[in-house]
Amino acid sequence: MTLVVVEHSAGVISRASWEAVAAVQSVAPDGEISLLLLGSGIGELAAVAAARGVGPVHVVEDAALGAYTPDAYIFAVGAAVAALRPRLVAMAHSYQARDYAPALAARLGAPLVSDVVGLRLENGELRFRRPMFQGKLAAEVRAVGDAPTFVALQIGAFRADGVKSRTDGGASSPVERLTVDFTGFTNRQTAEPPFREARQAVDLSQAERIVAVGRGIKAQEHIAVAERLAVALGAELAASRPICDNGWLPMDRQVGSSGQTVAPKLYVAVGISGAIQHLVGMKGARTIVAINKDPDAPIFEVADYGVVGDLFEVLPAFTSELSKRSR
Amino acid sequence: MSFFPAFRGAGRDVKIAVCIKQVPTREWQPRIDEAGTWVREQDVSYELNEPDAYALEEALRLRERHGGEVVVCSAGPARVQQVLREALARGADRAIHVDGQGIGALDAAAVAEALEAALREEHVDLVLTGLQSDDQGHAQMGVVLAERLGIPHSTIIMQVEVTDGRVRVKRELEAGWFQWIEMPLPALLTIQSGINQLRYATLKGIMAAKKKEIRQVAAGAPRPRHEVVSLAVPTRSKETAMLTGSPAEVAAELVRRLSDEARAL
Repeated sequence: MTLVVVEHSAGVISRASWEAVAAVQSVAPDGEISLLLLGSGIGELAAVAAARGVGPVHVVEDAALGAYTPDAYIFAVGAAVAALRPRLVAMAHSYQARDYAPALAARLGAPLVSDVVGLRLENGELRFRRPMFQGKLAAEVRAVGDAPTFVALQIGAFRADGVKSRTDGGASSPVERLTVDFTGFTNRQTAEPPFREARQAVDLSQAERIVAVGRGIKAQEHIAVAERLAVALGAELAASRPICDNGWLPMDRQVGSSGQTVAPKLYVAVGISGAIQHLVGMKGARTIVAINKDPDAPIFEVADYGVVGDLFEVLPAFTSELSKRSR
Repeated sequence: MSFFPAFRGAGRDVKIAVCIKQVPTREWQPRIDEAGTWVREQDVSYELNEPDAYALEEALRLRERHGGEVVVCSAGPARVQQVLREALARGADRAIHVDGQGIGALDAAAVAEALEAALREEHVDLVLTGLQSDDQGHAQMGVVLAERLGIPHSTIIMQVEVTDGRVRVKRELEAGWFQWIEMPLPALLTIQSGINQLRYATLKGIMAAKKKEIRQVAAGAPRPRHEVVSLAVPTRSKETAMLTGSPAEVAAELVRRLSDEARAL
């Protein structure tokens, strides 16, 4: 049996969790998939999950699981794994999974393959495809160690709408309560409620066109080169994480897993190598232009149009060509 | 539960270990070895993993605030002494090299196993490391190490406050959200890039580093959890039109295509 740990916040199951379900449906060795839902007061959510008809929904409810902490999740998911004995435990490679899954797998002596973008069976054995070296290479790996195998799937690598129902005619899968005995459990972490630093001043998700700059811009004073292109295109200016870390552009202009997710008509990536943390935030753009001096930069894998060259030569030429056109 | 002694009390020194990794430079163009399962290591130039540089900087700042000691630790072949020496030049007090030839290619859980014994002996209050490495990118090593040491942890940290034998940290969540987490010391934190402004080694620091200790310990034989079956240049998911020519030619062609083909202008 394959167990998918379903993540939720504010009463909604994350889209990435459905992507994880879709990812394992094609390779679940015996076709059997169960979902695991943890929390406090999640009866309604369990019904919503069951309505998708992918397989039984196992629910662990306890006050200790009300606010996420790694200690409580390691304990509860560990107990569920011991009770249900899955061969494969799948989840989205979310910040939450990164926080608890490596410790849980280590506790069980089990392998965890993370950031997985593809799965296949080779003579009944699972093979996992994952990026390495900042996406410059793709590795196929097999897991070594005790059962079960844990797999964390890269967000956005699979399609949530690919989830198949097993109950033709729309019947719900059963919801099964799993009792986990929390006596003797001590939680070392205390979690305060999540908050946002400040209201997002710039909503990049609504932008039609975006010019985004990365490390290749080299210095803060060069941002103006990209800014002129943005003006000529009628685009918002955005950046990859390192630019915002350096304070060259404000944090609310960051695109990527820790920033905003965007889907503009046009996305021009300037001096951005295309680390996966950036790609997950922009690969939904309709047309992507990449300008980079490195012909092997992973950004070209998602680009529709690629220019290998010096951005300090290409950008001014691009800007002046656009202004010719508007005259 | 923990092999660590109780925290030494409020207002006292904080002893910090920072686990760092040596990774290929960003400019490195990978070449795959003959077996097709790893890169040709003789072609690689190396540098300090960037998230680990932020973890080191945070440790140095905590030492400036509270007093104490910063010990850097790295597992791998002899070449990793380069990043240990660099960390010493930036201000770490001493270094531990967990020496093992094959460690560079091992997965995160195996690296945690290799580092465990050396860290147990140190009895530190805090272990810091970067949230992930720029080579294999498992984002697992720190969390596995915390589990092996029996100490609490938190990940993707953007602020660290140590008080009264406890640590309060700002953990980054997705899409611009954050959360404060508190736990007792000793604890392990994985640090997010951008938590602070990095300092670089001064000439004085480089000179001083030459006199600092790098203690070597044998790595043992950690058990791998992954086996790389094959390694390849990724296939393109999209058909990318690569435009060539002088900057002016490329710009004209790009504007034409964006307007006529993509209708994106």
